[in-house]
Order: sequence, then structure tokens, then C-alpha cells
Amino acid sequence: MNKSNQQKLQRVYLDHSATTPLDPTVLATMLPYFGDTFGNADSVHYFGRQAAAAVDTARRTIASLIGAKHSEIFFTSGGTEANNWVIKRVPYAKQDKGNHIIVAAIEHPSIISATKQMEDDGYKVTYVPVDSKGIVDPDTIQKAITDKTVLISVMLANNEIGSIQPVAEIAKIAKKHGIAMHSDAIQAIGSVEVNVGKLGVDFLTLSAHKIYGPKGIGCLYIRGGQKIGKFIVGGHQERTYRGGTTNVPGIVGFAKALEIAVRDMEKNSTKLAELRDYFVSEILKRIEHITYNGHPTKRLPHNTNFTFDFVEGESLIMSLDLDGIACSSGSACSSGSLTPSHVILAIGVPEEKAQGSIRFSLGKSTTKTQLDYTIDKIVKRVDKLREMSPLFKQFTDGKKLI
Amino acid sequence: MYNETVMKEFASPQNVGAMPDANGVGQAGNESCGDVMKIYIKVVDDVIVETSFLTFGCAAAIATSSMATTMIKGKTIAEALKLTNKQVVKKLDGLPAQKIHCSVMAEEAVQAAINDYKSKVKKSN
Repeated sequence: MNKSNQQKLQRVYLDHSATTPLDPTVLATMLPYFGDTFGNADSVHYFGRQAAAAVDTARRTIASLIGAKHSEIFFTSGGTEANNWVIKRVPYAKQDKGNHIIVAAIEHPSIISATKQMEDDGYKVTYVPVDSKGIVDPDTIQKAITDKTVLISVMLANNEIGSIQPVAEIAKIAKKHGIAMHSDAIQAIGSVEVNVGKLGVDFLTLSAHKIYGPKGIGCLYIRGGQKIGKFIVGGHQERTYRGGTTNVPGIVGFAKALEIAVRDMEKNSTKLAELRDYFVSEILKRIEHITYNGHPTKRLPHNTNFTFDFVEGESLIMSLDLDGIACSSGSACSSGSLTPSHVILAIGVPEEKAQGSIRFSLGKSTTKTQLDYTIDKIVKRVDKLREMSPLFKQFTDGKKLI
Repeated sequence: MYNETVMKEFASPQNVGAMPDANGVGQAGNESCGDVMKIYIKVVDDVIVETSFLTFGCAAAIATSSMATTMIKGKTIAEALKLTNKQVVKKLDGLPAQKIHCSVMAEEAVQAAINDYKSKVKKSN
């Protein structure tokens, strides 16, 4: 492929669940804090006070958008840190009561890797299964509870298959048993309503870069009165609960991004769901031996996930990349690993097929024209890879014999 | 993750397809490990005159299949048996560490194809 060809290549970004481009309005809001308003929010002088005021306003904005008090928002370096903080430090604060944690089997690696570490440290962890559509049954949570359970964590929406979980129902169960309830709402925010009061959660994780905000900033909502140990310690930032110089531009950008995401949620979700449904129906119409993973309706409006039989996922991703199309095999965090997605396995896709699961996640700038281009390319690339696949040959040869 | 040589080989793989008149077929890997590589050879007077492959696997698996089948074409079976995964990796200007196993599969599939040919010759003698 020569350079001029590459320049002409149309680029279609369909990996918005991995990250989103920064909204220009968000960037504009952030820029002063990279410039004249550069102060350390903890400094007592003018520069510090300006920065602190901006952080305070942003904190109040974020709190009000999710139905929280501003004193309940603790900024972190992102979703992974907030999830680690909850999993590692809530059980610590409640060690008098017990050592058992319940999480859904489809949680993000920032939860699952943390619970694995907790297991190494002697904690007991139950990974609650999901049904074939990727939904946790609150009854299975209820059944997993023991008198030693101190924490339940279930994501609001899954990052790979977009399935929306009955968090409010699970939170009610947790409350009844006096167990702390956490939800990772990183993927859900901006697509479904996130209100900590209505959800009834004690802890909630958010991240800015999935909602057209900057990378490197997120927060943990901690309901007033809830116990949690400190995770990253240092100075007196975040009321001593999270040390480290305050990321002022990040926080300001996060608040702006959340403001836009909540304001435009209904409009965006309706448009995305329409485009998504068109994309899915065309793919299912034009390609044989394919499974649409996840729930048909309890699902994020921009998420699609397919298993293409006889095709290995990475080779399809790399083939589509040659056509300028960006998609992923579920979690960007786990690409590069050789094991199939734990989410796809959890919904019952057999291991040999799970390798062929691909996520296309749409975004605000996705157009029907882009999707038509993508559909055509997927059809061609899947055909080509199947022609190359010994498994497909085996299958078609077998069919001929019958 | 992949260098230009690997991407080029993956984008336009050589020797793709089954070979109906092959006299040696070798397979490496299995479905559950995520890669299956099948290499076909046609041997005339101890020389591999034609090669092809079918591969279910990642971009590296496809690139190594293409490269390995190209490398053994025109070689005697004794020469081709000496093909190592390291030679394939070198010809591809390197592979990411977690993809080295693809080149091992290529080496294994080539050897399996040659052994298949040898056993057929033995039987017919």
C-alpha cells in the first residue's frame, strides 16, 4: 500500500466504547487551565484560589448531574483507579464484618483484576454469572450473599455487549442485608439515566473520556457516611481521601463533558439506537453464520457485538483497519491477550467461537454513509477470511457430503 | 503492534487456498487455542513445487503462513525440513513477543506436511 492510497483512505471510527474524541467545547473550557489559570488548587494565594474555585464549581456540576452532594464526589485519575479503590478499600474498612465480595462475571478488568488480587490476599470473591443475553439476575446475587459479604459490585452497563444491568434492584437487596453497593457506570453515563438516589448505590464510578471528555480523569461517588479506606495517599487533596495534585483542567473538562452528555442524552440515544438497529439488521441480513451478542433491548444505544463463525477476531479487526475502519474485540484493555473475552464466554459462546467476537460502538459523529461503507467492507472481509479459514472449509465440505 | 512487513504480508497474503492435488498436508494448532494452520505442498522429485495454506488465526498467523509457504517453495524437502520459526520471524522483520507462537505453528505445519508426504511415499512403495 503506498502513501497516496493511505491518504485517500476513509477513516470510520467505531470504537467509541474504547474512547471518544474530545468535544471541542470541552477543550475550549479546559484551555485556560493549561494557560494563565495554572495554579495548584491547594495553594492559598490568588493562583491557587482561582484553580480551587474552578474545581469546586466542576464538583458541584458533576454532583448535581448524578443526584449527589458535592461532598460525595472524589476525583481520581480515571475509572480504573476508582474501581480499584472500591474493590480494595471498602472490604478493608469493613473487615470486622467479613471478607466476602460479590461481583458480576462480566465486570471490566479494572474490577476483575482487583478482585483477583483480593483473592490472593485471602478474601473470598463470588463471580455471579449472567444469562445468555448478558444480564445479571438479582436472585443469583441474593443467593450468593453470606453473613460475611461486605461489598457487591455490578456494572450499570457492560462495555463489550452493552447489556444494562438491574442495578437498582440489586442495590435494594444489598441495602436489606446492610452490604455496600457499588456500580461502575462508566459505559452507561450519557446513554442511560445515572442518578445515585434512584439507583440506591453507595459507590459509583465515572470516567470522562467515554463521554467526549479528557483522558486521565474520573471520579468515585461515595455516599455520605459510607466507610472506605484511603487508596492513594499523599497531600490533603480530596479531603485527604485521594492524594495527588488536583488535575484542574481534567476536572473542568470532565464537568463540561458530563453536562453535555446529560443534556443531549435523549437526542443522542434516539439517533444512535436508530443507526445501530439499521447497522445490525443489515449485517444479520447479509452475513451468514453470525450471532448478535447481548440483549436486544436492555442495551446501550451505541453498542453492537457480533460473533462471526469461522473467523478469528483479530484478523477481522486488522482487515477492517486496512479499510480505515476502527473496531475492537471487546475490551481494548484486554486486546493483546490470547484468551477470548470473559464477557463473551460468560454469555455461553463456546471458546472456539468466542475468538471471533467483534464490537462496533457508534458515536455522536457516526453517519449512515459511514455505516453503509462499513457494512460493505465487513461483508467482503468476512468472506475473504472465511475463504482462508480451514474451519470454514471443513464446514462447507461437511455440508457437501450431506 | 505489527511492523510494515507483517502488515504487508497480512494485507496481501500469498499462496491462499486449499490444494486439491497436494501430496502433503500438515496441520498445526487447534480451534480452542484460537489458531489452526493447514499447509499444503506438492512435491515432485523431492522438490516442493507448489505450496498453499488455509489459516484460521490472527494477522500474525496469516502473515507467517504466507511467508512460510513462500519460503519453502522451490526447496527440496530436506531443505524445507530445516526451516525454523526463527527464520520466518526474521524474514518478517520480527513479530510481537506474544505472537511468536504463530511462527512456531508455521514451522510445525510445514514439518507435518512434509512428514505426511513422506509417509504417503513410503506406503506407495
